Amino acid sequence: MTATSPDLPTPPLGSPDGGLAAPREIPGSARRRLLAALYRRPRAQLLLLLTPPAGWFGIVYLGSLALLLVTAFWTFDGVTGRVVQHWTLDNIIQILTQPAFRIVALRTLQFAIVVTIADVVIAFPIAFFMAQVASPRTRAILFMLCLLPLWASYLVRVYAWRVILSPNGPLDWTLGLFGLGPAGLYPSDLGVGIVFTYLWLPYMILPLYAGLERVPRSLLEASADLGARQATTFRRIILPLVLPALAAGSIFTFSLTLGDYITPSLVSNNQFIGNIVLEQQGVSGNLPLAAAFALVPVVIMGTYLFIARRLGAFEAL
Amino acid sequence: MARWLLRASTAAVITFLYLPIATIALYAFNAQRIQVWPIREFSTQWFGSAWDNPSVRDALFLSLQVGLTAALLAIILGSLAAFAIHRFRFFGREVFSLSLVLPIALPGIVTGLALNATVRTVGLSFSTMTIIVGHATFCIVVVYNNVVARLRRSSRNIEEASMDLGADTWQTFRYITLPVIRTAVLAGGLLAFALSFDEIVVTIFTAGAQNTLPIWIFGNIRLGQQLPQVNVVVLFVILITLIPVALAQRLTRDTGVLRSRSRPPDAAP
Amino acid sequence: MRSRSLFAAAASFGIIVAACGGGATPSPSIASVAPPASVAPSAGGPSTAPESAAPSSNLPSAIGPGEGEVDIIVWAGYAEDGSNVKEYDWVHPFIAANPDCAKVNVKPADTSDAMVSLMQGGGGGLYDGVSASGDASNTLITRGDVAEVNVDLIPDFRDIAPFLQSPAHNTVDGKHYGISHGWGGNTLMWRTDLVNPAPTSWDVTFDPAKMAAYKGKITAYGGSIYLADAAVYLKAHNPDLGITDPYELTQPQFDAAINLLKAQHPFVGKYWEAYSDEIDNFTSGASTVGTTWPYQTNTLKGAGVKVDAVVPTEGMTGWADTWMLASKAKHPNCMYKWMAWMVTPHVQTQVAEYFGEAPANPKACAELDKVYGSYGVKDFCTLYSVNDKSFYDSISFWKTPQADCGDSRGTTCVSYDQWVTAFQAVKAGS
Repeated sequence: MTATSPDLPTPPLGSPDGGLAAPREIPGSARRRLLAALYRRPRAQLLLLLTPPAGWFGIVYLGSLALLLVTAFWTFDGVTGRVVQHWTLDNIIQILTQPAFRIVALRTLQFAIVVTIADVVIAFPIAFFMAQVASPRTRAILFMLCLLPLWASYLVRVYAWRVILSPNGPLDWTLGLFGLGPAGLYPSDLGVGIVFTYLWLPYMILPLYAGLERVPRSLLEASADLGARQATTFRRIILPLVLPALAAGSIFTFSLTLGDYITPSLVSNNQFIGNIVLEQQGVSGNLPLAAAFALVPVVIMGTYLFIARRLGAFEAL
Repeated sequence: MARWLLRASTAAVITFLYLPIATIALYAFNAQRIQVWPIREFSTQWFGSAWDNPSVRDALFLSLQVGLTAALLAIILGSLAAFAIHRFRFFGREVFSLSLVLPIALPGIVTGLALNATVRTVGLSFSTMTIIVGHATFCIVVVYNNVVARLRRSSRNIEEASMDLGADTWQTFRYITLPVIRTAVLAGGLLAFALSFDEIVVTIFTAGAQNTLPIWIFGNIRLGQQLPQVNVVVLFVILITLIPVALAQRLTRDTGVLRSRSRPPDAAP
Repeated sequence: MRSRSLFAAAASFGIIVAACGGGATPSPSIASVAPPASVAPSAGGPSTAPESAAPSSNLPSAIGPGEGEVDIIVWAGYAEDGSNVKEYDWVHPFIAANPDCAKVNVKPADTSDAMVSLMQGGGGGLYDGVSASGDASNTLITRGDVAEVNVDLIPDFRDIAPFLQSPAHNTVDGKHYGISHGWGGNTLMWRTDLVNPAPTSWDVTFDPAKMAAYKGKITAYGGSIYLADAAVYLKAHNPDLGITDPYELTQPQFDAAINLLKAQHPFVGKYWEAYSDEIDNFTSGASTVGTTWPYQTNTLKGAGVKVDAVVPTEGMTGWADTWMLASKAKHPNCMYKWMAWMVTPHVQTQVAEYFGEAPANPKACAELDKVYGSYGVKDFCTLYSVNDKSFYDSISFWKTPQADCGDSRGTTCVSYDQWVTAFQAVKAGS
């Protein structure tokens, strides 16, 4: 579309002023000519748009990731405590062969899977309620309520869970009221699972809600009209439609569990990938080994992202 | 029956979400320094001492600084990226849009470690700037997603109509496009701010001797004696953020203007 | 439109403030400290202590004006400002006495490893000083991260207990790399209402037969230096291993210690590193017995939790802490002032009572024995053996394990980075 005569400036329709403000631009000015020229050169536009974010990402983020990858192949001098730029595969070999690393990586992966599933199961009813059943006002309130916990410091929420799960803490006390024994959830793996599930729940509810919102009610009604029971409707109509949203939410739960070290160190006695990486880097200063082990979650998440993209998660993020 | 079950489970989930928050609020009034259950004595003394504590105010201020700047950077870069990707086809488009997700998709410890290694290698010193750079990097995708989603839902017809009527691209952008994406940009910015405000992992790796609020909390929580003050500060933050969260909710509300495709899903009667 | 301009204003404000208020610190103006020099030692200054043989000649001769702030890495509890327990405040009086060092920025660290890492971070120079234990101090000296200090600039230096003026962990080749602060041990703490009988030996944390009763409730220090505690136990119970120095272990001795820790691991409920971990755990009963520092014992007793602590029969490991000056410190004068302040008698009294450690300056005993604050006990100095050199010698103080055994065994000992990796493997459960 070429611009028509620039001599008759008319206030553009739909402007917030209701078209009452007179345009202050002079027709035929240098600026209009420049913009018109730009309009005809989409590549120049693209360059202007793309350079800042791409430049930032390329240099700051991707460059850093590349450096991390390279560091994994360097050596660490235990005596001086410095990283030596001497190429070696030792770190990678250590990661792959030493049982401690394997145990930790598997444990972290297991948790990521279990927590993701748990979050999906818990998030579904509330997301469905918000998307399809609740009135607009209730929906708005519930949305806010789901978002608000993310503003309470992550750290403090974990500490609060520690208090709740402690022996003779509120949980045991409540169980005691019903005559049940102490839960023994602290320190424990189950406790970590509960806390993880809790922490990432909003990250699963919100995309799921967005996805369910897009499912037209008429579709569900039609399915019921055709004689499908609720379970069938769920399995064959809803699930395929929200799969992208599920994938999107699961990216968060998976990735966050994979890298977290604070919750395991507070609620359990076990080491996760993040703990090892942190200790090697922060304690020993052994950046190469830390980087090598950090490649494990990168590889896992890379694979996961690939799968999630196939499922259309990125449109639903 | 199913509807009753839905309501019940919704209530249960909300309770679950707020269990620790209630605990925090409760223990903000705990007179003792250590967290015992049941609470033996209540007191409001910590509110005063938290307010008087200069390191709390410093940390809060730094977190606000970092959050605002990172959100602004994210808004600019994220919007630019959204326009580039939505409106143009170019070599590497898929890769670029994928890489935008990486900072959030990869665990924070990887991002933090990578940035830490870079800063050390390049020889810079860790400062507020390095914190902001780290935060902005993973905030970009949040704004990008919001803007792209909004761009997808809006039609270009009205922009073309505007230009047919004689507006140049800048006027079109300012009077037509911007109002359309404005709420998406702001909502994304608010979410970016929220992410930055509570971020701890990447911050630990990119901070020097500075204390953002999460770092202050982290340091003080480990002493075992400052927990009540920490609870007070967190409670304060929760209450204060009711406002921007409500604001974000109103902003992202779908007003239905400029839809390009089908009608919005039916709301419950 | 109004909201947009408001937002833009707020954002630009944020950028301006961020750019201005950023972490850039003022560079030191005068009297920067010289790095450890390899100059041939001169005759030295006026020295009454016979062992101060060779301080370098290019040390500062006076403490210059303060730079306005000081950034220090500390064990939590070493820089109290009254916000925890009111009467224990030595930060505000420091600022009052030294108004040119008005900002005291404190960075607490959980382990010596973390301290070393912080000191090296960002190329060094992020912090001005550190309260380093023996396993960090030698590492820092070797790596050049800390500077030699002129002890003549510290007025109370000559009052420090003689065996702490030039100990091996902060004095190398006659050069002082810091000022001793205090010392203490890793005692055994237990819940008096949950553990019976009261333990007197470490076997309640190392012997599976004794640990069984408290499975899942045992705690231990999570830092890799904890391996030395296992070595101390083996030294007493497995004499045929021939352990002499719990920090210099040959491979067979090292393996035995690791195996002991592996056997212990299933019984350990939680390793602790942050004080709050141990305090919370003992409060709730999640932990009932394990190693501790007097700080936790004091805090728990003060809160009414039924605990007690003892020095077990096998002996214990311990820590002797030194205030050290970073070689690239940005505020060296303020750091000197801080170091001088920390060994004055009244400050030493407060630190000793609050943390529960023996002060380096026995002149503090005059006040300590009469009890200063709520954490004090009568006859503190007798209780903590402040002047007892033989007790001091009986503690195996933290020091960095090095390949060089320092004796007839040559360089066959296991170095610290292997301690870290091995202990990590134990904690991971392998």
